Amino acid sequence: MKLRLNFFGSFFTGLTLLATLIIFAILIVIIGNIVLQGHKIISWDFITKAPREGMTAGGIFPAIFGTVALVILMIIAVLPVGVMTAIYLHEYAKSESALTKTIRFAVNNLAGVPSIVFGLFGLGFFIQFVGAGMDNFFGLEVVWGQPCLMWAALTLALLNLPVVVVASEEALRAVPSEIREASFALGATKWQTIRRVVLPQALPGVLTGAILSISRGAGEVAPIMFTGAAYFLPYLPHKPTDQFMELGYHVYVMATQSPDVEATKPILYGTVLVLLILTLLLNFIAIFIRSKVRRQMRQGV
Amino acid sequence: MNAESIMREETEANIEPKTPEISGKKIESVTPKILVEKLDFYYGKTQALKDIYIGIQENQITAFIGPSGCGKSTFLRCLNRMNDLIPGTRSSGKVFLDGIDIYSRGIELSELRRKVGMVFQKSNPFPKSIFENVSYGLRIQGIGDQNILEETVERTLKDAALWDEVKDKLDQSALKLSGGQQQRVCIARALAVEPEVLLMDEPASALDPISTAKIEELIQDLKKNYTIVIVTHNMQQAARISDYTGFFFLGELVEFDQTSKIFTNPRDKRTEDYVTGRFG
Amino acid sequence: MENLKTIEKKHQSEFVISKKRFRLSEFIIEKVIFLSSFFAILGVILIFVFIFREALPVFTSPEVKKEASLNLFFSTVTWQPISDDPRYGLIAIIFGTFKVVVVALFFAIPISVGAAMYTSEFAPLKLKEFIKPIVEILAGIPSVVLGFFALMVMASFFHSIFHSTMRLNAFNAGVALSFAIIPVIYSIAEDALNSVPRSLKEASLALGANRWQTAFRVSLSVAMPGVLAGIILGLGRAVGETMIVLMASGNASMLSANIFDSVRTMSATIAAELGEVVHGSAHYNVLFFIGASLFIFTLIINSLAQLVVGRLQRKLAGKI
Repeated sequence: MKLRLNFFGSFFTGLTLLATLIIFAILIVIIGNIVLQGHKIISWDFITKAPREGMTAGGIFPAIFGTVALVILMIIAVLPVGVMTAIYLHEYAKSESALTKTIRFAVNNLAGVPSIVFGLFGLGFFIQFVGAGMDNFFGLEVVWGQPCLMWAALTLALLNLPVVVVASEEALRAVPSEIREASFALGATKWQTIRRVVLPQALPGVLTGAILSISRGAGEVAPIMFTGAAYFLPYLPHKPTDQFMELGYHVYVMATQSPDVEATKPILYGTVLVLLILTLLLNFIAIFIRSKVRRQMRQGV
Repeated sequence: MNAESIMREETEANIEPKTPEISGKKIESVTPKILVEKLDFYYGKTQALKDIYIGIQENQITAFIGPSGCGKSTFLRCLNRMNDLIPGTRSSGKVFLDGIDIYSRGIELSELRRKVGMVFQKSNPFPKSIFENVSYGLRIQGIGDQNILEETVERTLKDAALWDEVKDKLDQSALKLSGGQQQRVCIARALAVEPEVLLMDEPASALDPISTAKIEELIQDLKKNYTIVIVTHNMQQAARISDYTGFFFLGELVEFDQTSKIFTNPRDKRTEDYVTGRFG
Repeated sequence: MENLKTIEKKHQSEFVISKKRFRLSEFIIEKVIFLSSFFAILGVILIFVFIFREALPVFTSPEVKKEASLNLFFSTVTWQPISDDPRYGLIAIIFGTFKVVVVALFFAIPISVGAAMYTSEFAPLKLKEFIKPIVEILAGIPSVVLGFFALMVMASFFHSIFHSTMRLNAFNAGVALSFAIIPVIYSIAEDALNSVPRSLKEASLALGANRWQTAFRVSLSVAMPGVLAGIILGLGRAVGETMIVLMASGNASMLSANIFDSVRTMSATIAAELGEVVHGSAHYNVLFFIGASLFIFTLIINSLAQLVVGRLQRKLAGKI
């Protein structure tokens, strides 16, 4: 009986190991396929030149540029707000007050909103309300009330707000309370303590959140489809009211709407590879920083 | 009615306090540096301090002893209102520092804590350099003059008997020092803001005997310029270094007197049982 | 050289003043911090307001209601907004979402819960620190890349095995979708399993149970609310996911029970048609209506998951 029980047990344990291995396998197959098919086309030209001949030749520099511009605008918007929200929640708010609970509820729910709904929001609010309103107010034709970098970046900022808030709060929580007490006992005020002692120590964790949000911002397509991304533009965006090319959006359109799939295949794979490298690299860095910080804390450094 | 006149009123009303009777004897008629009247303290629904009356003399070392959980650390933290940081606590009663009730309305807490400094049981240096740790208290007051900072750091590290050991590595992280050295950094850090009162919660409990001896020597030196209040679970330490001792038990201040009296001829049986080791 | 004492003497009367010293910069900073924390709340409210604003005509405007009203949504199966006789039958689209999500959960739940169990109960210590980052890498792959992979590679692969009539179908999209939600379920389930107190596991082992019995009978059952919360959130993510289904499901709004037929999901419908829709038309309002439904659905899902997690925390604390 014992033997059969043990066999049964080993069987189930083995199944869980199998499940883990399946995940590894999925990862290897996907990344492997993309690397294998895409690495041939990666070259200096590919990264620095614009596409030609209906996306069958040339490079994807505009898409890279657009993605970077988008993400920079996004982080300028989301990082201060997210960090300050985390500071408020962790350092100032009384933990069970109605306001605190509401903020947490809002942050949690923002995290679950589908990305296409953000796209709808960007369209319905930023472009058609704020943008159109601004055009009206300034007596312009159509400058702000159309898809552009600004609104796409703000839409992504809202989407990534929970990421920054959660990572920042975790970082603040990790700062031991004795340090705060020591600061207060020396006569420092709350903000002085936060600025001089807590935030510097929480910085790596905050950075992790920022990097993760950048990675997510670079990869999401649905929120920018109708708020500013375009498939082909003969110019690079140089003001926030410009439209922009973007890596993820480029992949989507090329993969689903190319007239000649075989001809665009190399560029398509190359673009996917670039996007993948970008997002995975950012994720690696963020995970690395986070685990280094966690290890440091455990060792009491 | 401006701030000055309000303050003067309060001061005049309190400068001749009715010296409460404790242990059947009046406290010396010199105005105590700190005077506590009818202090009660609650953690939520639990009462941690009951009806405390005490006068702490200037430039003397006052020690509080008692079994764990008796309220002595809680009492210490009432003296610089560090308990305010813990949610769900409340207190009633008055604590007069130089004649002003620190629990009255409008007290600027950061000023109070500069006057009444604290050294914690477990040393808590900032993860910064030794220099930055010790000069922290000055920087937050807006003092940025490098000369003042350097002079203060040197002076207080010397007072804390640590200067010779660290003078060549002031830029090193304070966390790299040994436990005893870290505690002395914390003491230097507290001294740098030039408090008038220094509260020390079990200042040497986490240290080895040699470091403990150094710290005890240091405390006795500091008495010249500071009023010192110590909490310790080590009776012998209290007997060694303090001038006055108070015995806490179950949230009450059972007895408070000159140290020699407490240890040789206590009035209360509970005190006697504790100092003779019958419990605790 | 002034030292602290002389500076102090100048400010002697300021000691413990009966009025707080008003530091302007600190006051402003604290107010700014306080106000910025409202952005999250503001964001949710604005999303709510503006999506519903554009969806409202479906309920309130008579012209719109002629073409598309709550009744009409469910009285016809056809989704054909671009035609002389526009039809807005939602049944096929909703069922399409359902099919894809079912396939995705079918694959994702055993894999992610199994891997979570392995990580927290059986894996040797060195491996543990390795597995979690790997799953986080999977989480980091953008959904457009997963959709791309499903379109270019998986579709043909499944086609060669199953010989379905349609290359891009619910199965294809569902499997790719499962890749996206495995990390979601995994991380929450693994956290829940990890937070089962060691003392419980040790008690079980001390009674003679072996590791797998402890894992299944003790850890899993105690952590079940957390695992459940992970599954619920995975469900929410699956329903809302757009790019994968947009690229891999075939985008044909047909109602059929066969998982190897193409489908159209709610999210993909919005993404596919919002680009060409006329602002203010009935079609436009209906698309926003679908978006509003998705938003409400995920709100409910999230609240449910939070409730379940709250239950777990109270259980571990001994309050249940």
